[in-house]
Amino acid sequence: MLRALLLTLSVVAIAHAELCKPDAQNAFKVRISIKTALGDNAYAWDANEEYLFKAMVAFAMRRYSSKSTTQISNVLLCNVTDRVSFWFVVTDSSKNVTTVPGSEVEAAIRMNRNRINSAFLLNDKTLQFLKITSTLSPPVEPSAPVWLIVFGVVLCLVVAGIVFLIVSGIQKHKKKNKESTERENLEEKVEVTLENGIPCEVLDLKAGHINGVFAADDERFTPL
Amino acid sequence: VSATPEIPKEDGRPKWDNKFQYILSCIGFAVGLGNVWRFPYLCQIHGGGAFLIPYFIALLFEGIPLLHLELALGQCLRKGSIGAWNTISPYLGGVGAGSWVVSVLVSLYYNTVLTWVMWYFINSFQEPLPWSVCPLNQNRTGFNEECDQSTAVNYFWYRKTLNITPDIAESGTLQWWLILCLATCWAIVYLCTIRGIETTGKAIYVTAIFPYLVLTIFLIQGLTLPGATDGLIYLFTPNLNTLKNPRVWLDAATQIFFSLSLAFGGLIAFASYNPTKNDCEKDAVTVAIVNSMTSLYASIPVFSVLGFKATTAYWDCLDRNIISIINEFDLPEESIMRQNYTSWIDFLNSSYPEKIAGLRLKSCNLQEFLDQSVSGTGLAFIVFTQAIILMPGSQAWAILFFVMLFSLGLSSMFGNIEGVFTPLLELRIISKSVPKELLSGIICLISFLIALCFTLRSGSYWIDIFDRYAGSVPLLVIAFFEVIGVAYIYKIKRFSKDVEGMTGRKLNLYWHITWKFISPLLLLIVFMAFVTLQMQKPPSYTAWNPKYEGFPMKEEKVYPPWVQAICVLLAALPCVCVPLVALFHLVKQKRRSKDPSFVPPEVFSCQGDN
Repeated sequence: MLRALLLTLSVVAIAHAELCKPDAQNAFKVRISIKTALGDNAYAWDANEEYLFKAMVAFAMRRYSSKSTTQISNVLLCNVTDRVSFWFVVTDSSKNVTTVPGSEVEAAIRMNRNRINSAFLLNDKTLQFLKITSTLSPPVEPSAPVWLIVFGVVLCLVVAGIVFLIVSGIQKHKKKNKESTERENLEEKVEVTLENGIPCEVLDLKAGHINGVFAADDERFTPL
Repeated sequence: VSATPEIPKEDGRPKWDNKFQYILSCIGFAVGLGNVWRFPYLCQIHGGGAFLIPYFIALLFEGIPLLHLELALGQCLRKGSIGAWNTISPYLGGVGAGSWVVSVLVSLYYNTVLTWVMWYFINSFQEPLPWSVCPLNQNRTGFNEECDQSTAVNYFWYRKTLNITPDIAESGTLQWWLILCLATCWAIVYLCTIRGIETTGKAIYVTAIFPYLVLTIFLIQGLTLPGATDGLIYLFTPNLNTLKNPRVWLDAATQIFFSLSLAFGGLIAFASYNPTKNDCEKDAVTVAIVNSMTSLYASIPVFSVLGFKATTAYWDCLDRNIISIINEFDLPEESIMRQNYTSWIDFLNSSYPEKIAGLRLKSCNLQEFLDQSVSGTGLAFIVFTQAIILMPGSQAWAILFFVMLFSLGLSSMFGNIEGVFTPLLELRIISKSVPKELLSGIICLISFLIALCFTLRSGSYWIDIFDRYAGSVPLLVIAFFEVIGVAYIYKIKRFSKDVEGMTGRKLNLYWHITWKFISPLLLLIVFMAFVTLQMQKPPSYTAWNPKYEGFPMKEEKVYPPWVQAICVLLAALPCVCVPLVALFHLVKQKRRSKDPSFVPPEVFSCQGDN
C-alpha cells in the first residue's frame, strides 16, 4: 500500500517535472523584485507567498474561463531562484497530464493583472510575467489643456496693462492739449501789453512775479 | 549783484528717472541668454579655469574700451545711432544705419527664442511635466516610436514644440501654438517699450534684478544636489594647454564682444538720454565688470546642475547594467550595488565571459557623461529640463528657470528695441504729432508679422542662420568702423576733450592707446579669423530626422544654394550700409560744391553749447 502510494507520487512528481521546466510548452517565467518595490518593507519570498501566487493564478483562470474547475494544485511552480524568479504552468485537471494552452493563461493573467499585482503590493514592473506584455495605462488627460489656461491668464494681464497705459497716455495728451490751448488763448488776448516779455494779464493772475535783480539786492540791506 | 542764473537747456528729450535706472538698463541689455548658456559652455570646452585668462584680456583690451566709446558717444551727442554718426561725419552715417539694421534683424529672431521660453513656461504648470513622459503609441502597447528612440525631453522639444522638419528646404506650416506665444511675447515687449525709456525704465527694475535672485536660488539648490561638486571641479579645473589653441583666443574675443551687446546702437540710445555731465568712464567699467561677473556667477549653478545630471545618468547606466546581470544570473536583489559593481563585473567576466558578452552591457563612464557639452537652446530646453525632472518639486524649478530666462531675454530685447526706436524718432520721416505709443505699436506689429516665419516648422533652422550670420560678422565690422571713425575721423584729441568735459577729469592714457591702436587691431584680427574659420568648410547644419539611420544623432546637412545666398545677404546687408551711405554723401558733396551759394556745415563739438 505504501509502495503504491510512493509509486503514484513519484509518477505524479515526474509528470509534474515534465510539465513544468524552463522553456516548457505553455510555461511562463515570472520575475519578482520585492526589494525594489517595497524597500524596507520588503517581505521574504517563501512557501506561503508561493501558495498565494498559485491561488492568484487559479483565481485568474477561474474568472477568465468561468468554469470553476481550476484548483490551486493545478498550478505548478518550478526552478525558484534567489532572484526571485520561477517558471509556472497551469495543468488541465479534465485532461490528464496536459497543460492549459499558453494563450488562455496569458489572456487570463492580462485580464486580472491588477488584482494579481495588488495581492503582492507590486506593479507591472516589479512583478514581471516575461512574454506577457502589459497594456500601458493611458496618460491622465486634464479636461482642458492646462497650458491654454495659463496662456489665457498671461495674455489677459498683458492686454489689460497695454490698454491701461494707452488710455492714461491719451488722457495725459488731452490734458496737455487743453493746457496749451488755454495758454495760447491767453497769449492771443495779451498781445499788446507786454512788460519785459511777461504778459501783464499773467502778472495779475499770478499775484506778481519776482524780479531776480531786486530780490538779490534785498540781501545788501542789513537785517533788522 | 548776482547775475541771472543759467537756465539749463530743455530740449524736451526724455531722460532717466535716476542714474541707477540707466546703469540697470545697460546691465540688463548686456546680460542676456548668452551669459547663461554660452559662457559656461565655452569655459567647459576650453580648459575650464584657463579660459578666464583670454577672457579677461579680451575684456580689458576690447570690451571695456568699446563700451566706453559707445556710452561716451551717445551721452555727448544725445542722439540715437543714426543721428549720432551723421553728426560725427555724414560719411559715417552708414555705421549708424548698419547698427539699426542689425538691431532690427536681431529683434526679430531674439523674441522668437523668448517665445520658446514662454511655451515651456506655460507648460510647466502641469503634473507630471509634459517633457518627462513619452506619449503612448496608437495601440497603447508601448511608447511613441520617435520618443522611445530618443528621449522624452528631446521629443517634447523637437516634436511638440518645434514640430521640426527634417530639412530646411521643407518649410511646413505655421504652428498655431507658437503663433499664440509669439503674439504674447510681442505684446509683452510692446507693453514694456510703449513709451520708450519711460516704461522700460520701470520694467527694468524687475527684469534686470529678478534673474540674479533666481540664479542665487539655483546656486543654493544646485550645490546641494549629488554630483554637483563633480560638475564644478570639471568646469573650473584649469587646463593651460588649451591656451595654445588660437581658437580659444578667438572664442574669448567674440564672446566678450557679443556678450556686451556692442555695435547694436542700443547702448548709444541709452546713453543719449543721460545728462551731459555724467561719468561715462565709470559707467562703462561698471557695466563691463558686472556683465563678466554675472557670467561667472551663472556658470556655477549651471555646472552644478550639469554635474548632477551627469552623475544621475551614470548611476542610471550602472543600475541598468546591474539589473541585466542580476536577471541573467538570477542573483538575489541588491547583491550587486554601485560600489561593488566593478569587482563583480571582473569576477563574472572571468568566470562567464560569453554570458557577459551576450548581455551587451554599456560601459558607464562618469567622465563621458560630463564631457557631453551643450550650449545654446540645447542647454536650456534639453539638458536643463531633463535635470529639472530629477529634482524634487520639478514644477517650481521649471517655472523659476523659465521666468529667469524670459527676464534675461526681455531686458536684452529692451536694448534692441531702443536701438530701433530711438533713431526712428529722430529721423525727420516721422512727424512730431505721431504719438510714441503708436510708433512702438507699429514697430512691434510689423516685427510680429515678419517673425511669423520663424513659427514655421523649419523656423529653428532659420533662427540658427540669423544668429550665426546677422548677429555676428556685421557687428564686428560696425564696431571696427566705430572705433576708426572716432579715433581717426573725429580725431582722438577732440573726443578726449569732449569726454573730459563730461567726466570732469583728463582721459587716461589707457583709453588713448586702446582706442587708437589696440582695439581696432584686435577687431581686425578677430574679424579675419572669424571669416576664415567660416569659409573653411561649406556652411552646414544639423537636422533632426527620425528617418536617419543614425537617429537619435542629428544628421549633418549642407545648406542649399538659395539658403547660402540668404546667409550672405544677412551678413552683408548691415555692412554694406557703411560704404553705400559714404558714397551717397560723396556724390551729394560733389554736386553741392558746384553750387556757388554753398555754405560748409558747422563743425560740431560736444561741449560747444556753453
